[in-house]
Amino acid sequence: MEALTPKLVGARVKRLEDRRLLTGQGSYVDDFRPPGLLHAAFLRSPHAHARIVRLDPAAARALPGVAAVATGAEIARLTRPVRALSKMKEYRVTSFPPLALGKVRFAGEAVAAVVAASRYVAEDGLDRILVDYEPLPAVSHMEAAMGAGAALLHEETGSNLLLAREFATGDVDSAIAGAAVVVRERFRFRRHTAVCLENRGCLAEYHEGTGLLTLRSATQCPGLVRDILADLLDLPEHRIRVIAADVGGGFGAKSSLYPEEITVAALALWLRRPVKWISDRREDLLATSQAWDEIVEAELALGADGTIVGLRAEVTADVGAYSIYPWTAAIEPVQTISFLPGPYRVPHYRAHARGVTTCKAPMGPYRGVGRPVAAFVMEGLMDRAARLLGLDPTELRLRNFIRPEDFPYKSPSGIVWDRAGFTETMLRARETLGYEAARAEQAQARAEGRWIGVGFASYVELTGIGSAIPVSPGMPVATGTEAATVRVDPSGTVTAIFGIASHGQGLETSLAQVVAEEMGLPLEHVRVVHGDTALSPYGTGTYASRSAVLAGGAGILAGRAVREKAFTIAAHLLEADPADLVVNGGRVAVRGTPDRGVTFREIANAAYSGARRLPRGMEPGLEATRFYDPYFGTASSATHAAIVEVDRETYEVTIRRYVVVEDCGRIINPLIVEGQVHGGVVQGAGAALLEEVVYDGAGQLLTGTLMDYLVPAATLVPTMEVHHVETPSPTALGGFRGMGEGGTIGAPAAIANAVADALSPLGIEVSELPITPERLFRAMPDSGGADRGSRA
Amino acid sequence: MAGPRTIHLTVNGAPREGWVEPRKLLVDFIREDLGLTGTHVGCEHGICGACTVLVNGEAARSCLMLAVQAAGAEVLTVEGLARDGTLHPLQEAFWEHHGLQCGFCTPGMLLTACDFLKDNPSPTEAEIREALSAVLCRCTGYQGIIKAVQAAAPKLRDAR
Ligand code: FES
Ligand code: FES
Repeated sequence: MEALTPKLVGARVKRLEDRRLLTGQGSYVDDFRPPGLLHAAFLRSPHAHARIVRLDPAAARALPGVAAVATGAEIARLTRPVRALSKMKEYRVTSFPPLALGKVRFAGEAVAAVVAASRYVAEDGLDRILVDYEPLPAVSHMEAAMGAGAALLHEETGSNLLLAREFATGDVDSAIAGAAVVVRERFRFRRHTAVCLENRGCLAEYHEGTGLLTLRSATQCPGLVRDILADLLDLPEHRIRVIAADVGGGFGAKSSLYPEEITVAALALWLRRPVKWISDRREDLLATSQAWDEIVEAELALGADGTIVGLRAEVTADVGAYSIYPWTAAIEPVQTISFLPGPYRVPHYRAHARGVTTCKAPMGPYRGVGRPVAAFVMEGLMDRAARLLGLDPTELRLRNFIRPEDFPYKSPSGIVWDRAGFTETMLRARETLGYEAARAEQAQARAEGRWIGVGFASYVELTGIGSAIPVSPGMPVATGTEAATVRVDPSGTVTAIFGIASHGQGLETSLAQVVAEEMGLPLEHVRVVHGDTALSPYGTGTYASRSAVLAGGAGILAGRAVREKAFTIAAHLLEADPADLVVNGGRVAVRGTPDRGVTFREIANAAYSGARRLPRGMEPGLEATRFYDPYFGTASSATHAAIVEVDRETYEVTIRRYVVVEDCGRIINPLIVEGQVHGGVVQGAGAALLEEVVYDGAGQLLTGTLMDYLVPAATLVPTMEVHHVETPSPTALGGFRGMGEGGTIGAPAAIANAVADALSPLGIEVSELPITPERLFRAMPDSGGADRGSRA
Repeated sequence: MAGPRTIHLTVNGAPREGWVEPRKLLVDFIREDLGLTGTHVGCEHGICGACTVLVNGEAARSCLMLAVQAAGAEVLTVEGLARDGTLHPLQEAFWEHHGLQCGFCTPGMLLTACDFLKDNPSPTEAEIREALSAVLCRCTGYQGIIKAVQAAAPKLRDAR
């Protein structure tokens, strides 16, 4: 049996979700206002570190329109504090209370919540809450935080060092000691935040009659949120429904559990009224998880011919005030050392990572997680080595890539790369760029006194991670499976239900393509439902570039099971052999005699008619639920190339060209894949050139508006040239690889390398991101900027 | 605090009346009182452009205006772009060229582009990028949006 329908997987299909979004008919959390709705606003700490001496909500409670004011102590009676656990040996568990208990640990931490008839009145209420704080010394600097005498953030741990982890393979010290060439650098990647255009928000409703708590949340992970809420609120899990309908971007920042979600759910239970909270941008910049903020001291050793012999690194990350659930504070620094060796053969490796707590918003996953920093460091070292050896930087990479005959390749941190087209992506990137011509133009421009540079970056990431390893190192929460239910109704149309949650990736379209193709149905016969724990089989959500692989695989399995049953029924109805049947456009017919056929509608109808029309003994109905576990996960990779110009007067960096050649395996929808690359690259360009969360020494956030925290506008990156190498994954069902994050992994490194290349005649290296004009100015030999702009 | 007052305005061609506190933002009035939730709030401080609507034909940030300031005005929101179920050429072009992902910036993008193409019916790519840098999109990297506006421009010119 086979499907003859024109190929849907691989087709440039216009997105099925777009019509509602284009006409203002989307359903984001804030668009819901059930009857009796109350609005919550949070009082946030003005101090980075302080003891709460007194909190008096009486005046707020007395305000007309205010329904309740909740303090940390009251919420603590309704819920447990969150404790993100880890199996990692050197990890210290800490508590993250939904509302501060006794003390605050970062400026912006929620201290109390006012619930009122409108958000306006709730905010009026905040002004009337009296809090006396006793300020404690701010812990604002990660290196100082580890020093003797630093104030302790979490008394229960006895140290501000929350975690440490090491990976070691071979004998790196001897390799480095004996190497022909060693390059070393102290890299600094500054703190970052996601700035989803839709701020976080949630709406909880408790229905007394049914005992059902429904939480609508702008989350990537409805399943994970439901699991933990059952535990924290002590409710049976089947009485909790978490819905993420339309979500305005996530980028990892909406994949964690947040204090506001717990508080709002607890308030709805307490007040027996629907309660909604929508973050404003100030709260988002203060209290949404932040990313990166690492110091990486790294050394790369090579033979005289450019062969890598060893890599050694020490990573220190500022993980902020709390360990975020479920990923833990380890996610960023340990991912950095997991992926530092990149797509290269590195025989000897030792890397050590530490996570330090300070008075800042908690660190969490953000697009790329660890790998943007890893690529910045590794690719920066590769370029330094190429310069030292007098080798072309692309040539040095080609000499060191993991080769086709090396797959499956076990990296020195223990990750298994199934197969990937590293060399092909580099060769295609060079060709697309017109590498020789680009170098000739650069030489010409240099002769004219212009600063033009060409930069490359190659990376590999692990996507579609199955049950073999946790998505975040050490995390005990299971993230290795996803499920799909494919349900055919009596009219023959299909509903495919998934536990993942699309927040802009177009999964309603790409998963419909996968299921329709597997079943031999036209696309419009399949409707994808996602992001609702009450409707879907068990799943956790969308994060870590997993949904195409895991949900796609589950969709294939469930679609296949239903198709097989449909064929058996069709064979019975047609009195034919199932092996002789073909399906085309929703009609199953005997091969060679297209007149002898039945429509999917007739098959479905038979399936629900019972014994009269089904083969003897067959269970009625036409649906299947299947789980999929890809076990290891699959490699996704790319080479990025950038041409930049640095203005000699203003030190502004202009991106002249940007090329991406990526390998995400078998492509489901090129339109969506390219959109993900474009968006990822521009976020990476923001990280390279603009975006930086800044706290002052007292732990006060200085980038509390979008005038201070700069995200890219339409003018930052020119039209990107994106090409594909399709190396189907040999391990993942369907051959798909995840690709939602990659753009952001490659871009900071490629742009940094291009800027360094532009400035190489001046002997200036780029070791700190973002590359602001001020940092470049300070790095100039004649600027008098003695510290060369790299204060930690 | 001054008490609520009545305002009259035209929204998407229909006369509407509101009873609003003077401090109420236009965007909150549109979303909450009129139930037109297509207009989004991304920053409520005038930077992101998600809340852009047309007020008397000009793009305006509805998070920077009070509802009472719109009394007597003609307001167009994203819900008013399609006519009788037929999408506006910009909506069609955004669909065709993947000019949206999460869709949160989309209403503001569409109305900003609408206003821009009225003033500059045959823009260059650089002019489009400049004009649309008034609205932030965190998902698309702008490439699909720019292509969509380029594609819609001649259609809108012809339609005049
Ligand atoms: S919400 Fe109005 S500009 Fe951002
Ligand atoms: S599509 Fe998500 S912000 Fe533009």
